[in-house]
Amino acid sequence: MPEQSQLKEKAQAARDKAAAIGADLDLGQYAHSAPPHQLMAETELCALPEDEQRSLLMAGVDVTGKDRGGTFIMKDSSTVHCSTKQEGIEVLPIKQALEHHPWVRDYYWKLAQVDADKYTAAAELDLHDGYVIRALPGSKTVYPIQACLYMDQDNIQQNVHNIIIAEEGSELHIISGCATSPHLQKGLHVGISEFFVKKNAKLSFTMIHNWSEGVSVRPRSVTQVEEGGLFLSNYVCMKPVNSLQMYPTCHLVGPNAVGRFYSILVGDPKSDIDMGGRVILNHPGCRAEVVSRAITNGGKIMARGHLVGNAPGIKAHLECRGLILHGGAMLAVPQLDGFVDGVEMSHEAAVGKIAQEEINYLMARGLDEDQATATIVRGFLSVDIPGLPAQLQAEIDKAVNATDAEGL
Amino acid sequence: MLLIEDLQVELAGKQLLKHIDLEIKPGETHILFGPNGSGKTSLLMTLMGMPGYKVTAGKIVFKGQDITHMPIHERAQLGLAMAFQRPPTINGLKTRQMVSICGGHRELDIEDMARQVNFDAFLDRDVNAGLSGGEIKRSELLQLMAQDADLMLFDEPESGVDLENMHLVGETIAHLLQKDSEVIYGNGKRSIAERRRGRVKMGLIITHTGYILDYLEADAGHVLFKGVLSCASNPREILRCIGQNGYEECVACMMPKGPHPLEHSL
Repeated sequence: MPEQSQLKEKAQAARDKAAAIGADLDLGQYAHSAPPHQLMAETELCALPEDEQRSLLMAGVDVTGKDRGGTFIMKDSSTVHCSTKQEGIEVLPIKQALEHHPWVRDYYWKLAQVDADKYTAAAELDLHDGYVIRALPGSKTVYPIQACLYMDQDNIQQNVHNIIIAEEGSELHIISGCATSPHLQKGLHVGISEFFVKKNAKLSFTMIHNWSEGVSVRPRSVTQVEEGGLFLSNYVCMKPVNSLQMYPTCHLVGPNAVGRFYSILVGDPKSDIDMGGRVILNHPGCRAEVVSRAITNGGKIMARGHLVGNAPGIKAHLECRGLILHGGAMLAVPQLDGFVDGVEMSHEAAVGKIAQEEINYLMARGLDEDQATATIVRGFLSVDIPGLPAQLQAEIDKAVNATDAEGL
Repeated sequence: MLLIEDLQVELAGKQLLKHIDLEIKPGETHILFGPNGSGKTSLLMTLMGMPGYKVTAGKIVFKGQDITHMPIHERAQLGLAMAFQRPPTINGLKTRQMVSICGGHRELDIEDMARQVNFDAFLDRDVNAGLSGGEIKRSELLQLMAQDADLMLFDEPESGVDLENMHLVGETIAHLLQKDSEVIYGNGKRSIAERRRGRVKMGLIITHTGYILDYLEADAGHVLFKGVLSCASNPREILRCIGQNGYEECVACMMPKGPHPLEHSL
């Protein structure tokens, strides 16, 4: 297996390599293993302690599996549940899949670089688990598949690798909730995700993440969209997090492919969030949109966006809007690179405050000042995402509305 | 009842309103005329309690309470509402949610209310986002319908409204102010006094064109000129006088402020 040993070698070489952006975390401070957890049946999931169930539910994961087409749950370093209810949809733990299904190797580390930084290297050198979700050609998910990466063991470094494949003409919707147990003080989540959207397929990936103050997060994701395909990525993070840095990239590799990123972020006083979205448009007719709405409540948020136009007839828009409510820092770095005639790219970035005129208007309708402010904040964070199933839009709205907007 | 006594107001250090006295009794609708910049909107904004409009003397009493320094939302909760001329856009807040906010804790049939002002197609739009002048008026009226206030302030409800929608706007305002029975029933069977007794809603309407007078019978008209409230008389006569002689002439020639006009007719 020369390829496998090559990957290991490259990872070894990069094991101490700092990432291009974001705080450089010392991986020596985390525990690299956790006691294994048993596989659980659905009935056992439903018997989880109430506070754990609530954490999961906040992240859009319903242990009863109601209105879900399949479920994958990983706790610390072990997969505890993996099931699918829908024909044409496969859900597999990645370690098992790598062992038993040689085709998975055709996707593994094919988009993300194993030696990009110490986090990608760690995910190769000490992979805990992750999922492979595949929608077979032409299949359509009626209900979204839910995937949850849960951190329970204090001080754990959780290394995850996911592969998501929407085969030709398929439609796949995934809701991914990451959460930590209420008693966890500190931890690191490393998550590699590689998305393959094939010809005329549609893939939506909605992340509702509930981290906690001491948890740092380093997702590394890369997507490839073929002709006529659509990739829709939504990231919602309303809860405190220690250091979160991600810059997912989407390559549109066929004509009329579409890539869209939406993020909704709240930066609490101790949070340091560096969030980006990059789309590379390589063929005529490709479309892209990168939208972020961020509020800092004393934390630091960097909103990045990058569009690269390599073909005529592409159209792409970047929008970063931020509010500073109670101190903190809000930075926006939009970048547009056009390399040929006939590209159409634009960006819009704004950092500001809540307009007093809007507060007065709502007060004239009977709300007190705090209620008026909270209403405006919720409005600011609510984004209509075209193409997202109503059920998932409702999950996002629920997460946004659950925030204590009046406390901001 | 609204009672304004010797009200003086400044905005950014500049005196806008001088010694304003005004009384609106339950069931009455008054019309406010005046050239641009005379202080009409400032008077409404001051009544609503908008920040920046500093009351330097005098007082405002509404339903027996001194509201001169009351916060905006408490005035709203007490039953004071305003249809704004240029309300702000609120991104992400749907008109449907806004109407629900206006209704407070009351259960509303929002769809049905919206249909009445031909606004049902806009309920899922962000509040005031990309609306034309006429659409903004209907949005404001819908919000006022939901608020069900006792005293309603209208800042130029006719401006930017096309002829077809003027009819809708005029009738809706008449209905909100419980003045529509006169349109529907004419001066028929019940006596004027009987009809007046049933009415409690109060209104203060700023108008330039006077179109609104085609839809409701106002009880009094006033001209605000250079921050001074100059006369109280029959609104149609004031309108005719302004049309013939201009504001300045009108203010000079009209009778000095006499007794309340209703007292003549009763």
